[in-house]
Amino acid sequence: MPNMSPKKVPMPEQDPQVRSRNFSEVALGYTEEMAIEEAQRCLNCKHRPCMSGCPVNVRIPEFITLIAAGEFEKAYEKIYETNSLPAICGRVCPQETQCEQKCVRGIKGEPVAIGRLERFAADWYMKNVKRQVTKTQRNGKKVAVIGSGPAGLTCAGDLAKMGYDVTVFEAFHKAGGVLVYGIPEFRLPKDLVQREIDALKALGVEIRTNMVIGKTLNVDELFEEGYEAVFIGSGAGLPMFMGIPGENLNGVYSANEFLTRINLMKAYKFPESDTPVFRGQNVAVVGGGNVAMDAARSAKRLGAENVYIVYRRSEAEMPARLEEVHHAKEEGIIFRLLTNPTRILGDDKGWVRGMECVEMTLGEPDASGRRRPIPKAGSEHILEVDTVIIAIGTSPNPLIRSTTSGLETNKKGCIVVDENTCQTSREGVFAGGDAVTGSATVILAMGAGKKAAKAIDEYIRSKGQ
Amino acid sequence: MYKILRKEILNPQVKLLEIEAPYVARKAEPGQFIILRVHEEGERIPLTIADYDREKGTVTIIFQEVGATTRLLGTLEVGDSLADFCGPLGVASHFEGVKRAAVIGGGLGTAIAYPQAKKLFGMGVEVDVIIGFRNKDLIILEKEMAKVSNRLFVTTDDGSNGTRGFVSDVLKKRIEEGAQYDVVIAIGPPIMMKVVCDVTRPYGIKTIVSLNPVMIDGTGMCGGCRVTVGGETKFACVDGPDFDGHLVDFDELIRRLSIYREDERIALERHACRLGGVLNA
Repeated sequence: MPNMSPKKVPMPEQDPQVRSRNFSEVALGYTEEMAIEEAQRCLNCKHRPCMSGCPVNVRIPEFITLIAAGEFEKAYEKIYETNSLPAICGRVCPQETQCEQKCVRGIKGEPVAIGRLERFAADWYMKNVKRQVTKTQRNGKKVAVIGSGPAGLTCAGDLAKMGYDVTVFEAFHKAGGVLVYGIPEFRLPKDLVQREIDALKALGVEIRTNMVIGKTLNVDELFEEGYEAVFIGSGAGLPMFMGIPGENLNGVYSANEFLTRINLMKAYKFPESDTPVFRGQNVAVVGGGNVAMDAARSAKRLGAENVYIVYRRSEAEMPARLEEVHHAKEEGIIFRLLTNPTRILGDDKGWVRGMECVEMTLGEPDASGRRRPIPKAGSEHILEVDTVIIAIGTSPNPLIRSTTSGLETNKKGCIVVDENTCQTSREGVFAGGDAVTGSATVILAMGAGKKAAKAIDEYIRSKGQ
Repeated sequence: MYKILRKEILNPQVKLLEIEAPYVARKAEPGQFIILRVHEEGERIPLTIADYDREKGTVTIIFQEVGATTRLLGTLEVGDSLADFCGPLGVASHFEGVKRAAVIGGGLGTAIAYPQAKKLFGMGVEVDVIIGFRNKDLIILEKEMAKVSNRLFVTTDDGSNGTRGFVSDVLKKRIEEGAQYDVVIAIGPPIMMKVVCDVTRPYGIKTIVSLNPVMIDGTGMCGGCRVTVGGETKFACVDGPDFDGHLVDFDELIRRLSIYREDERIALERHACRLGGVLNA
């Protein structure tokens, strides 16, 4: 008999009061007992609706059945068949709009906690099993992967498993892309990312840091160096600003800069680490996505008294994961919804002293399908802050497209690809992840990396014939 | 990787390191920069490329020991390696159509002005070099500059080398004497570049400056290096670091360079403590 409780087994978490002052992980993970209890809520539906919601087709009912039976190692292996980064996906996937949204148990109650179970299986495996690396027979063919974020790592891993010699080129000094510079430690511990990267290295993947493709080397030179195919997974790293007065005042950050200082450069440990970050007392974060939540919660952890999320639509339109919004609220982040900044005000030394905002109402749906925010006349008011973090989105970096001939991009600067193969307009060059879609999710990028790996394999084989 | 092959002490605060970095050396051009980290926990700092040797696969950097990281960098010796050395970044300087140029270096800026003067001189351009320092003990690259210029002027703020004054004074005098320049390249502290731009503006002489704002990645990702040029926000790392000096908002640049001044002081004190600890151990 399945467990018919309408609610998920709760996830143990650090107390909000405590965690809003540290950078340790918020969610602590299920125990074996909790995992089995939750796994027993799965009805093991024959038509597997959950799987259709997963961009990498994790065999969800099968791994959950294995957890329910206490076969944790096998459960992990089942996930790993289609998902090379389960510990990461279990933590950062927006399950509520993917697998869990399709779960039959969600009709009358909460869906099965698929994400939490995935995380459990991955964490259990890391803790209890020494990973056996079965190196595949090398086929002597070289593939270059640009970018070591989720798209690049997935593509590299899949190709290495097929026998290719894969080299990943990373611009930063450390591999991981957004997993290390963007997503904070309290949501995704960095030693966990490092373990996944080490696992790839054990498979034979070579990672070359400090290589800015478009500057240090370009795509043509990669082919000259003997790579038979190139995968571009360089992400969407260019921060957008609002174009309002005062954006260059001291104390205004892009979320990219703020988070990179904290996550990649460990500024939260300054002066123990060498990179500083400005620690504001009253911080406004502009935007409503996961990045905005990450920035707000990081600011709180750096010691800010008041942290505001300033978002021009209502909570229903917020693109952030439900869990992040929920955690942010628990930690005391103040939500100023239907509010839009109009200018940032500075003091006589050029530091931020406030942000003028206007209230908004929602009108008819716009091109995105979300109701368009309209300013309310006469509602201007000043939010007294000393720091403004702009988290309204990012776009792909032009360094690669401007140095690669024959690479078609759209007007947003995203690389144009065949949806089924990730093939770009240039032969032998494939692309996926945020570089193609604009800023999206880790799992979509991984899905693209996977698809591209398969297509690259087919391309190289067909060339050999 | 990134091994130090040569070290020179140019003055009590300024050092030169020639570093093994074949990929960077292959592509480096005057005006571009690199980002380095000294050690695994270190910060990323941008430094403009002072010279490069494609055959040897080396890149030379010249730096002043102003903060914790540059002081630590100064303690490294030949045979030591840097943790990271990334580049070349930024847009290379363009000199098409230039016949006569004045290249101006203020203090450490002389190190960055040197490859520009070298390139121009090598192209057959008539080059005046004007370099200025606080006093005669701080003069760097005088011999090198003499080799890549038609005329060399060296000034000191205190007159200790015999020529008291600022680089901008010399430039003004040269222009008033009738020197004709297609371009003036000014590299040094922001206030010096600002003053040089004020000198050239009434004469309508194109003036290129090289900016060195705070940045992390150097590839357009953080936006920390944004500067206002001609009323528009630019990223110095990917749109620069060279800009038309007459359009740069220097006051904003100077203000933004001060953001971490207090943190820099803390880091420096801590660095001094750590070094002290080593010495006392």
